[in-house]
Amino acid sequence: MTTGGGTRTVPSLAGIANRGGQPAATLDKPVKIDVHDLSFYYGTKRALDDITIQIRQNLVTAFIGPSGCGKSTFLRTLNRMNDIIPETRVEGAVTIDGENIYAPGVDVVPLRRKVGMVFQKSNPFPKSIFENVAYGLRINALTRSKAEMSDRVEESLKQAAIWDEVKDRLNESALALSGGQQQRLCIARALAIRPEIVLMDEPASALDPIATQRIEELIYDLKKSYTIVIVTHNMQQAARVSDFTAFFWLGRLVEVDRTDKMFTAPSEKLTEDYVTGRFG
Amino acid sequence: MRKYGDLLFQIASMVTLVVALAALATLVYDIVSDGAGRLSLTFLTTFPSRKAEEAGVYHALMGTIWVIGLTAALALPIGVAAAIYLEEYGTRSRIARFIELNIANLAAVPSIIYGLLGLGLFVRLMGMGQSVMAGASTLALLALPVVILSTREALRTVPSSIREGSYALGATKWQTIWHQVLPMALPGVLTGLILALSRAIGETAPLITIGALTYIPFAPDSVWSKFTVLPIQVFNWVSRPQAEFHTNAAAAILVLLALLLSMNAVAIIVRDRYQRQERA
Amino acid sequence: MSTRALEWIIERLLFLCAALSVLTTAGIILVLAVETFEFLREVSVVEFLTGTEWTPLFANQRFGVLPLVVGTMLVSAIAMAVALPMGLLAAIYLSEYAPSAVRRIIKPVLEILAGVPTVVYGYFALTFVTPLLQQFLPSLSGFNALSPGLVMGLMILPLVSSLSEDAMRAVPRGLREGSYALGATRMQTALKVVVPAAFSGITAAFILAVSRAVGETMIVAIAAGQQPRLTSNPFVPIETMTAYIVQVSLGDTPQGTIEYRTIFAVGMLLFLMTFGLNLISTWLREKFREEYA
Repeated sequence: MTTGGGTRTVPSLAGIANRGGQPAATLDKPVKIDVHDLSFYYGTKRALDDITIQIRQNLVTAFIGPSGCGKSTFLRTLNRMNDIIPETRVEGAVTIDGENIYAPGVDVVPLRRKVGMVFQKSNPFPKSIFENVAYGLRINALTRSKAEMSDRVEESLKQAAIWDEVKDRLNESALALSGGQQQRLCIARALAIRPEIVLMDEPASALDPIATQRIEELIYDLKKSYTIVIVTHNMQQAARVSDFTAFFWLGRLVEVDRTDKMFTAPSEKLTEDYVTGRFG
Repeated sequence: MRKYGDLLFQIASMVTLVVALAALATLVYDIVSDGAGRLSLTFLTTFPSRKAEEAGVYHALMGTIWVIGLTAALALPIGVAAAIYLEEYGTRSRIARFIELNIANLAAVPSIIYGLLGLGLFVRLMGMGQSVMAGASTLALLALPVVILSTREALRTVPSSIREGSYALGATKWQTIWHQVLPMALPGVLTGLILALSRAIGETAPLITIGALTYIPFAPDSVWSKFTVLPIQVFNWVSRPQAEFHTNAAAAILVLLALLLSMNAVAIIVRDRYQRQERA
Repeated sequence: MSTRALEWIIERLLFLCAALSVLTTAGIILVLAVETFEFLREVSVVEFLTGTEWTPLFANQRFGVLPLVVGTMLVSAIAMAVALPMGLLAAIYLSEYAPSAVRRIIKPVLEILAGVPTVVYGYFALTFVTPLLQQFLPSLSGFNALSPGLVMGLMILPLVSSLSEDAMRAVPRGLREGSYALGATRMQTALKVVVPAAFSGITAAFILAVSRAVGETMIVAIAAGQQPRLTSNPFVPIETMTAYIVQVSLGDTPQGTIEYRTIFAVGMLLFLMTFGLNLISTWLREKFREEYA
């Protein structure tokens, strides 16, 4: 290991980041979300500072950074979930498939069908497993018959790798499932409405290592069909799971690059310090 | 010396509570001993009469059921709707604050004033006459503050994570309220309604003021019928000098208390089922 | 119809239901004011508020409301004399002394006391309490102010107790602990630290209880009598403002007559009195909350 200015390898993370061995070419996907000079305010307090970043289609992008750095807040601007919080303000643009979602007159309901979200603490509805997954289909009127709804529910539960565990108890309460199962159910629920982008806010932080591993494998599979953005405070997880990593600090985007490069040879000293554990 | 002061004080406080308890016990004993003998199926199914021994409470019992039933039908939707508005939509506006102030004030207005309002507005101005409808409308206004308050508390117990999960799937505000929030709050709403009805069932003054009759030899057959209720029949009988009518009054009180007890029992059952659902 | 339009309509409907409360207050004020205004066209405000004879239903009509007001005050004062000290003592006991097992019994009992319909209390006052008291006080007449006053006090006790208890529980534990650390007994801490600290909250509770007593109807309608009388003697029949309204409502007074209008004039006076008391109570409670929130 060399010290001082210049590159510093972090053996463990570098090893993980290069594990997939993906050639650089497969990372060259089209831009799905184009964020330009985005600033976000809670009242008068500025929480996000001129963020500019491109999220690429069918890849996993991870947001990392110390707690309170704004990564969750930024994630929530991508499907306008911050609209629910009173006295918040957005400046700048978030363009998805060519349309700025913060343009005046934009309807958030179709936006949230396109951009799904999985939360840090799993929040299944106090209904049956079937009804949890079917809810999104019902309110958006996405199916035309009971049979079609059943098929879609099954499809989503399979995609979330939980079908085998619940197929015989679809009418039981979702609250009877374990923590890891509940989170996979929430993923199935989000996938049921066939979004194009899935936002995940620390999806495995409340889970044990085995459940975490299953979620990570799931994410790896899902990126074939979806664009995934995941917030995590666990750098090893980011290194394992993502293709691109963005490092946030105090509301600013410090650096974003291919994951293998971020963890082996980041350009910013701040990134390097965080990634090597100097602070965080 | 100080210790004796403390002990004396403790004794004085306990005596106070014992006196209150004893008074309640005396009241119950007095009424039961006065009226239990008069209770019978005939008593419940006969109309009043000039002769005390032949009088029954059927008309008043039916009147109470009609009036309370209609009061519930009026107060529940309006009260729940108002609570939803205040809790989910209007939380910070000046108008909402003004409405809340009004509700708080109305909760402390003497019930006989509501009777005067009912007399001037429902009976005269709106031409309802001295009908079940006028009585129920008056009692519904009286019950609204209680229904609104307890519904708001029930809505507050629904965790925001459930609302967020629903919004993230593309649900509108009303879809979220109707499909997720209200069903979860329902036990609390029902308990509040039963509490409000428990008070309404004993209300006498406002119904006398709007013109509920004290002698009426028939049960209501529509919402536009004239009517009387159990507490008014009690009042009528206890106002007579003859002791036999006092016995009737005591018996009628027992019928009223039996109704009250069953309503409270239902409330407790609802609350228990809710707590069981929570734990699952 | 688009969901946006539907959402907008639903929000408007919900708002209307919430605004109904404002309409109710306006309705109360309007109904009372219109009839009172008509009443005051025939009877001067001065005569109404300062006259000492109330005989609108007799041939020789007098419209001085003072006997009704004094009757109300007399019964309320007796009720307060019972409810305030007993309620406060009960609250202090529950808040500072009682083990949780005792609390779990006492609190439901108090709730029952508060939930008994007032006609039942009226029956109790007339058929049990008055005859009982007459054995010790032979000059007590069948209708009087004492008996309903005592029973009303019993009914209001839970209100005083629970609101005062809430106020005392809001006092931070640190204050109590500071007092105990100095060697004070529980009674001294309760009386010299907690109660004074909760003073505005407790006063708010008291005032609300007075308002409740003033507005109470059935206990006095059954047991206090129908003789408006300017007196401080609790042993004789009197009439309260609320009982007068009931008396006229039971009769066949036609609409538009001055007798009919008297119930609204008395009602207006009653409304203003309780409204004023409620305002003071709310203001005190806000002040209290600011101190400890």
